[in-house]
Amino acid sequence: MALPTYDEVIAKWDPVLGLEVHVELNTASKMFCSCATEFGGAPNTQTCPVCLALPGALPVVNEKAIESTILIGLALNCKIAPYSRFARKNYFYPDMPKNFQISQFDEPICFDGYVDVEIDTEEGPKQFRIEVERVHMEEDTGKSLHVGGATGRIHGADYSLLDYNRAGIPLVEIVTKIVPGTGKYAPEVAKAYVAELRDILRGLKVSDVKMEQGSLRCDANVSLKPIGSDVLGTRSETKNVNSLRSVERAIRGEMIRHAELLNDGKKVKQETRHFQEDTGLTRSGRSKEQAEDYRYFPDPDLVPVTPAASWIEELRGTLPERPSLRRKRIKEEWNVPDKEMEAMINADVLDIVEATVLLGADPTKARTWWLGEISRIANDQNIAVAELAITPADVAELVALVAKGELTDKLARQVVEGVIAGEGKPSDVVAKRGIKVVNDDGALMAAIEKVCAEQAETAEKVRGGHLPAAGALIGAVMKETKGQADAARVRELLLGHLGVQ
Amino acid sequence: MIRSTAAQMADALAKGETTSVELTQAHLDRIAAVDGQVKAFLHVDSAGALAQAKDVDARRAKGEKLSPIAGIPLALKDVLAQKGVPTTAGSKILQGWLPPYDSTVVSTLKAAGVVIMGKTNMDEFAMGSSTENSGYGPTFNPWDLTRTPGGSSGGSAAAVSAFEAPLAIGSDTGGSIRQPAALTGIVGVRPTYGAVSRFGLIAYSSSLDQAGPFGRTVLDTALLHEVMAGHDVKDATSINAPVPAVVAAAKSGDVKGMKIGVIKQLQGEGYQKGVQTRFDESLQVLASLGAEIVEVDCPSFEYALAAYYLIAPSECSSNLARFDAMRYGLRTGDVDGASAEAVMSATRDAGFGREVKRRIILGTYALSSGYYDAYYGSAQKIRTLIIQDYAKAFTKADVLVSPTAPTTAYKIGEKVDDPMAMYLGDVATIPVNLAGICGMSLPAGLADEDNLPVGFQIMAPAMQDQRLYQVGAALEAALLTKWGAPILSKAPELKGAK
Repeated sequence: MALPTYDEVIAKWDPVLGLEVHVELNTASKMFCSCATEFGGAPNTQTCPVCLALPGALPVVNEKAIESTILIGLALNCKIAPYSRFARKNYFYPDMPKNFQISQFDEPICFDGYVDVEIDTEEGPKQFRIEVERVHMEEDTGKSLHVGGATGRIHGADYSLLDYNRAGIPLVEIVTKIVPGTGKYAPEVAKAYVAELRDILRGLKVSDVKMEQGSLRCDANVSLKPIGSDVLGTRSETKNVNSLRSVERAIRGEMIRHAELLNDGKKVKQETRHFQEDTGLTRSGRSKEQAEDYRYFPDPDLVPVTPAASWIEELRGTLPERPSLRRKRIKEEWNVPDKEMEAMINADVLDIVEATVLLGADPTKARTWWLGEISRIANDQNIAVAELAITPADVAELVALVAKGELTDKLARQVVEGVIAGEGKPSDVVAKRGIKVVNDDGALMAAIEKVCAEQAETAEKVRGGHLPAAGALIGAVMKETKGQADAARVRELLLGHLGVQ
Repeated sequence: MIRSTAAQMADALAKGETTSVELTQAHLDRIAAVDGQVKAFLHVDSAGALAQAKDVDARRAKGEKLSPIAGIPLALKDVLAQKGVPTTAGSKILQGWLPPYDSTVVSTLKAAGVVIMGKTNMDEFAMGSSTENSGYGPTFNPWDLTRTPGGSSGGSAAAVSAFEAPLAIGSDTGGSIRQPAALTGIVGVRPTYGAVSRFGLIAYSSSLDQAGPFGRTVLDTALLHEVMAGHDVKDATSINAPVPAVVAAAKSGDVKGMKIGVIKQLQGEGYQKGVQTRFDESLQVLASLGAEIVEVDCPSFEYALAAYYLIAPSECSSNLARFDAMRYGLRTGDVDGASAEAVMSATRDAGFGREVKRRIILGTYALSSGYYDAYYGSAQKIRTLIIQDYAKAFTKADVLVSPTAPTTAYKIGEKVDDPMAMYLGDVATIPVNLAGICGMSLPAGLADEDNLPVGFQIMAPAMQDQRLYQVGAALEAALLTKWGAPILSKAPELKGAK
């Protein structure tokens, strides 16, 4: 039997989602020791007796990680537990040095929150509320590299290499309640939720949120039930979903796979599945039918986490504006077209443009500079806009100079180059390079006369009414005046000189 | 020289009458002479000890201010990591492991100029009460080489009792300092939970483990206690408070006007006659010194043993999971094609002894889903009740007392195949661990029927460790007057001793 189409699936089945997102915090040190957390260090160089689980070593909680977790909880509208505990999740695996993971079990630090997301549909924007069950802290495992064998998996490998640099990096797990009622929009809602989380976390500055480096990872639980039924179907859990697009594809793919099985009267197996980036399909992983017994119990090496109410309120006071609300506000206040808004978000220049506007620049002008000339230079150098040596204050000054007529757009571009080259503030660059707009009509007329004499043939064409030919003459005048003339004034004077309007 | 107290040795060092090198060499000679019979040590670090001794002598010569026990040699239980020195916790699974770091206790001792002579034998991972569960063979009681010295810190206790070291360090999870102290006729203290850092102490049961001092006198024990205790940021359960003034208390020993509570549940039936007699006699001595003896009721103590044997195995089943052949220690079964899982399994089978396996299995079961509430959960409730019993009892008495162990030292092999009989030996010491408070055992004399040492246990509330020493010192002084000589002078001479 052929695979059902997506439309056939949603005509008959109602998807129920559950999303678990793991976030690596960007603390300077690990969750329970003082080892560095930077990505990409030589294997096993960021380890110590604690994160290697040497006999006798003990964990001590990183306060900064607790602070970050509380911030995340507050941003996701969660309640913060006045008392929570770490628990040990016991299972044997070579990349986990203690053979238990310090996590939280029945006493998470944050619980009962929600995130509102919006997706575009053919009937217009549609809102969905995703309820958050819990936000808890845990530690990451090391990494295994299975060498030899066909699959790169532990089974069939010749040998395995272990890198414990990642072992003990603080992780926050954000778990939703079951998400019903998304119908045909399920894949898009899931994608929008992860995107919203990513934006919120980025705004909180608690994580790099780089899905491709694994600092944000999503496990997607999907099940199907017949439309109208109250009975939940059997779920599969898809891991290894490493981009927003993959979240959407993985869920869509699983919905189709489940429907095919169910249409055939077969059962969906409760199992972990691995998403395959190349095919968009999932591959069977560990079976979860025999629920693993992790023998959770409170970690006796650690003391309970008891954040003071005053501290929680203090942290609440530092929460930044919700990214999605902020985008809405900015779009309205600055009157930005959809395409341009999207371009700003994709180029990650919203913060920097807003800072420029707050310094008095016109929003459209500010946006044009950052998104245009400055982004182009950043692209050429293959670095982020924020890494260039030009600040919102520089751009605001530049916009002001252009508005006052002290610079033309063309001259301003030279100034931008100068600022980025480290020549100082725009006014410094203007002074050092001797850049100024030529406003003197006399000087311009001299240049026009010179050019018309040199290019008499072209001048004659223009005089005869062939206006497009004027461009060459204007260009020559601009060149003559080293670009310091206002091109519009040059055109005006030239046409006057040649007797055409 | 080796028969002096640590306080006397410290005095002689301060006066320049001897050097740490001389003192250390004398003890190394004693170890060479008698340890073949006692087998207190798993590893003797002669070169390291003499180097440390030389260093502390040099510092003294330069006029540096040194700790009160600088230059005194010490025996260290093999449960504490010492950089570059074999550390096995009495287990074959750690054979050959050289720690790349010092436990906090070791770095504190080194900073205080204490000379660490070597690592002492113990029940594997501190699981046991006789040192017979060591992966390297038993330790023998210097009072009678056919008997056990108790455990799990049997090596440390035997070393002090046999004059191989004036001071030693043990660890006490259910009585592992106090019970061997009792069985070898010396003083041992389990400090308040959190008073001594556990960083670098190879964990058996994290919520119960606590390192502590052994000495031949109450004052010697206090001198070591005061040096080794203190807050440590590397141990989240470490108490951030000043160390109780135990040395001052040991020097002032006085019980006049103090209320001493006798725990009804920890005497009588099940206690050897000679043990009970010496205990009752000690009470009379305390009363004659002006203490008021009262009886207190701790009904939940009846369940202490059961709670202990659920909590400790549960924690150990998780704590010992790290011994998996991946990063250090023993590795067996690593043949071509063997999976990581197979190597882990083969190594743990070969490396762990019977008692350790028994407790891992017990704990794994107690934590299993569906059984957790009935076993681990109930045990935690009992723990709360025991804490409440103590709290109530301490409103009626300043310290509580009992015999340390129900019997004197038993024969090697006598209880090794009967775990329940062995576990019952800890009935009087375990409540202290469950409540996280402090306890001391000191000699109360010899039992009439076997001429073997009897221990007297004193218990005090958390961070009131000085009370142990205040009462202990008073009783010790009165008993010394009564006996005319320290109890160890009645121990038989060991063969090969000069």
